[in-house]
Amino acid sequence: MKFVDEFRDPEVITRTADEIRSLADPGRHYRLMEVCGGHTHAIYRFGLKDVLPPNIELIHGPGCPVCVLPMGRIDDGLALGRDPNVIFTAFGDMMRVPGAHGSPLERKANGMDVRIVYSPTDALKLARANPDKHVMFFAIGFETTAPSTALTLKRAKAEGIRNFSVFCNHVTIIPAIRAILDSPDMRLDAFIGPGHVSTVIGCRPYEWIARDQGRPIVVSGFEPLDMLQSIVMLLRQLKQGVAIVENQYKRVVPWEGNRAALAAMAEVFELRPFFEWRGLGFISQSALRIRDTYAEWDAERQFQVPGVRVTDPKAAQCGEVLKGVLKPVQCKLFGRECTPERPVGALMVSSEGSCAAYYNYEHRKAASTRLEPATV
Amino acid sequence: MCLAIPGQIVEFMPDQPHLALVEVIGVRRRVDLGLLLDDPPRPGDWVLIHVGFAMSKISEEEASQQFQTLALLGEDTAALEEVRGYEQ
Repeated sequence: MKFVDEFRDPEVITRTADEIRSLADPGRHYRLMEVCGGHTHAIYRFGLKDVLPPNIELIHGPGCPVCVLPMGRIDDGLALGRDPNVIFTAFGDMMRVPGAHGSPLERKANGMDVRIVYSPTDALKLARANPDKHVMFFAIGFETTAPSTALTLKRAKAEGIRNFSVFCNHVTIIPAIRAILDSPDMRLDAFIGPGHVSTVIGCRPYEWIARDQGRPIVVSGFEPLDMLQSIVMLLRQLKQGVAIVENQYKRVVPWEGNRAALAAMAEVFELRPFFEWRGLGFISQSALRIRDTYAEWDAERQFQVPGVRVTDPKAAQCGEVLKGVLKPVQCKLFGRECTPERPVGALMVSSEGSCAAYYNYEHRKAASTRLEPATV
Repeated sequence: MCLAIPGQIVEFMPDQPHLALVEVIGVRRRVDLGLLLDDPPRPGDWVLIHVGFAMSKISEEEASQQFQTLALLGEDTAALEEVRGYEQ
């Protein structure tokens, strides 16, 4: 791990890495999935794989919101933005994500009124300031961002702001983990649980993973030491043959989650019967829609949504990478047709996407290593 | 989007009690406290912010560690850009 000196407690990191090596059975291959895209980014950025023994394999999970969104939803949202009366708003992460007919940023270049917001409340503010326009917020994210959208909708209703709506693409993490565990081509030993999603949902929703599926899960922080400690906790469970939910990120994640956030979500959202995920297909009760009591602020009910289904570009293997079946570099387009500068799939756009993380840290490193002999 | 930004509560907005002025590395912006109703923070407290909303209370030590993590991840510039984008 080349950055080890920059980290807090480098000696503790070295000791923890030693503990991992002593706990790992050399005759066994471990497959640990980090669910959260923030963890995927951190693993590559910190070079954590360099300190892990080769028989511990980290599999990247589905926890990157822009990556799991199927292309059709982007096109549906952008179709509503074609109305000259509509201001299309979204987080910056969404702007370069390709739809079948271009990304939001490309649509903006072609004259659509597309604006980046940093908070859903910014979109609401825009609606207040532009009473003659309709402001639509393209909402994405897991339980980390869904409560903020919920509270924004409550504020819109309380203030009676009618020229504002949300195109809701919020998804929930538990059904995605279930779909991955049910997938016949996926064999996993344990999970590194998401950090910030868990500040909202707490640790209880993971109990079935341990109890019914026999897989250990440790909710983890994002520092290198956090993740190494979480791996130690997982290996200890695997060695003892137990499976429980543990919380390594206690300093931020309460076991019961954030009740006010859960209450806001429950008031505004309900589960969709099913929702399509890139790579994972249709998963039942895996996404949120806006309740009838907030129908006036639901873009899907205020506008005619085309409901397009678009398959990913044929050669791109985003789905397999997203499921952890393929490594980013095993995709035929990786680093050639698909790069962070010219992304074909969403996994190459977001810093939380495994392809972008792999490209920025591993691929560039490998390329510079290959160049070295020539430059000597 | 998944990474949280640490900030310190400076004062509540007198006209809008659910909003507080929060300071993140010298930048002061309005942050929504509506998701911390169960355990409301006070001026001087540190919070983790996601998309303009304070999501959890944290210690000062955790806040400084979180700054360091953001810097190590190369996300500190993006985090500050996000905070600058919040309402003044």
